[in-house]
Amino acid sequence: MFSSSKYKFGLLWSIGFVVFALVPVLMTSRYQMNLASHILIWGLFAVSFNMLWGVTGMLSFGQALYFGIGAYSIGLFVTHAGKGWYLAAIPIGLVVATGLSFLIGLLVIRVSGVYFTMLTLAFAQLAWQITFKWYNFTGGDDGIQGIIAPGILADKMVYYYVILVVVFLSVWFLKRLAYSPFGLILRCIQQNPNRVRFIGRSVKMNQLRIYVISSFFAALAGTLMAGVDNSIHTDMLYWTTSGEVILMSVLGGINQFFGPFIGAVILILLEDIIGAKTEYWPIFLGTIIMVFVIALPRGVVGELRHIKHRLKGTDEPGGRHETHAAA
Amino acid sequence: MDVYFIVTQLISGFTMATLLFLVASGLTLIFGVGNIFNFAHGSFYMIGAYFGYQLVSVWKVNFWIALVAAGAGAGVVGMAAEYLFLRRIYGRAQEGGFQILLTYCLILIFDDLVKLVWGTEYKSISKPAGFEGALHWGEIAIPTYNFAIIFIGLVVVLAAWWILSRTRAGRIARASAVDREMLGSLGVNVPLTLTVVFGLATALGGMTGALAAPLRSVTPGAGIEVIIDSLIVVVLGGMGNFWGAWMGAMLLGEVNAFAVAFVPEWATLFSYLVMVVTLIFKPEGLFAPTRLRKA
Repeated sequence: MFSSSKYKFGLLWSIGFVVFALVPVLMTSRYQMNLASHILIWGLFAVSFNMLWGVTGMLSFGQALYFGIGAYSIGLFVTHAGKGWYLAAIPIGLVVATGLSFLIGLLVIRVSGVYFTMLTLAFAQLAWQITFKWYNFTGGDDGIQGIIAPGILADKMVYYYVILVVVFLSVWFLKRLAYSPFGLILRCIQQNPNRVRFIGRSVKMNQLRIYVISSFFAALAGTLMAGVDNSIHTDMLYWTTSGEVILMSVLGGINQFFGPFIGAVILILLEDIIGAKTEYWPIFLGTIIMVFVIALPRGVVGELRHIKHRLKGTDEPGGRHETHAAA
Repeated sequence: MDVYFIVTQLISGFTMATLLFLVASGLTLIFGVGNIFNFAHGSFYMIGAYFGYQLVSVWKVNFWIALVAAGAGAGVVGMAAEYLFLRRIYGRAQEGGFQILLTYCLILIFDDLVKLVWGTEYKSISKPAGFEGALHWGEIAIPTYNFAIIFIGLVVVLAAWWILSRTRAGRIARASAVDREMLGSLGVNVPLTLTVVFGLATALGGMTGALAAPLRSVTPGAGIEVIIDSLIVVVLGGMGNFWGAWMGAMLLGEVNAFAVAFVPEWATLFSYLVMVVTLIFKPEGLFAPTRLRKA
């Protein structure tokens, strides 16, 4: 039983990889590849965010901060230090984001619940405000345009495959992490922090760890984003960006590891289809998510899995939390 | 720096603080009584502002009547939203997160609905008759409308204090904050109480939107600016703490007024800084009487 589901899983994993790998071959326009890049990057961002919320129960409304730092590290180095700094800016941005997430993490883990959400929101908004106002350094509301990746990366096709490999490796790493003993502790923190203390593990220390890890991958997604549209904007740091990954996670299902990724796929495709026809995309988005929050809280992936178990007549393995562990 | 300058800034800060308090009081009321985190509270402020615009500028209704009607309208929309949507997720696991999400959806929907009905252009309301002028004192001139706002703010504070602490309705509201189950078994209709409190809170938000409309322009994005500011106020005062919200609003209003005067470029930064510092050192709020935070 266990091994067969493992094979099935490997199969799904390969299908996903092949589908995304075939996009540049089968595409009819460059735009489709651009769309696929967005899906991959947002998928990684959403999965990394859900390590915080779905797994550990820490609803951060400020992951845009690290996403933005990743993107702006490239943008700022390219404009102020020269185009040669593009590749060097990536590790620098990741180190800065990780260091900052450690410092901010030390502060935000002191509080929990709504206070945690508000404090993460406040930090991200602080960074957004600075970026927005510091016109001479960051370009303010204009953002930064003309960020061209160096050498062979400037080719969109090559860049797409780089994104594909980086995203799949990162998601694979996060999945290993989610089902490792560390991931188990994280789920315990969500369900019963006291018992985590009883078995001699530190709640705060593990919260800090996952906060830093999640922020690292958010920043990584940000650095990838800089090269996709060749431009970055302060909106990447705005709270609606943090909101977007939350919506993706709910849409896909926050108690499923791949839920947020599927959510990103659905959301970006829907936005592309509906957004092209009407300027009132947010009203559709709001309505769709509301239906999910009220009627389908398991998300697309979770509801499908639920239906599957119902049809088979088998009980879902345990409650809502175990379904996560059994994936 | 002369005394006139300080007085001008103080009064302008006080006016902004009153408006902030009026919005934030609704937010903190819902959180305190219903334990509902209404992220969309700013949208009710915006809806109230648009109702006010429709009544005053289009239908030429008397300003003060329009103010009450706009508040009532926003309250009805609020009660409908609570009854139709929020009520369905009470008591669910991770309820807090889903509340934030659901009300976030309301922001998206209301913002677009407003655009559909009134368009994207800036709208404005003229000040009510008798309040167009300014009071002069030495070199400074303070608009009389500012005094009207401050007065209304004081009336609302006193009325809210009286209702919450001296009437049966207020006692029920406070009781539902403590133990809903016990309240229900005493024969009180708890769901109805929550709906009414939600309606009152959103009505406060909507009325403030109409009240602030002559000073600020009415735009579809107004709700988002307002919710962030009210959140800061509520966090400063302690979530669910009515008096704390008043103190928080005063503090933030004055900090803003003086920040605008000295470092206009970076003024908005101070709001966030104040919030961050508060949450780090005293997350239960600067003015909270007891430590609410659980380890």
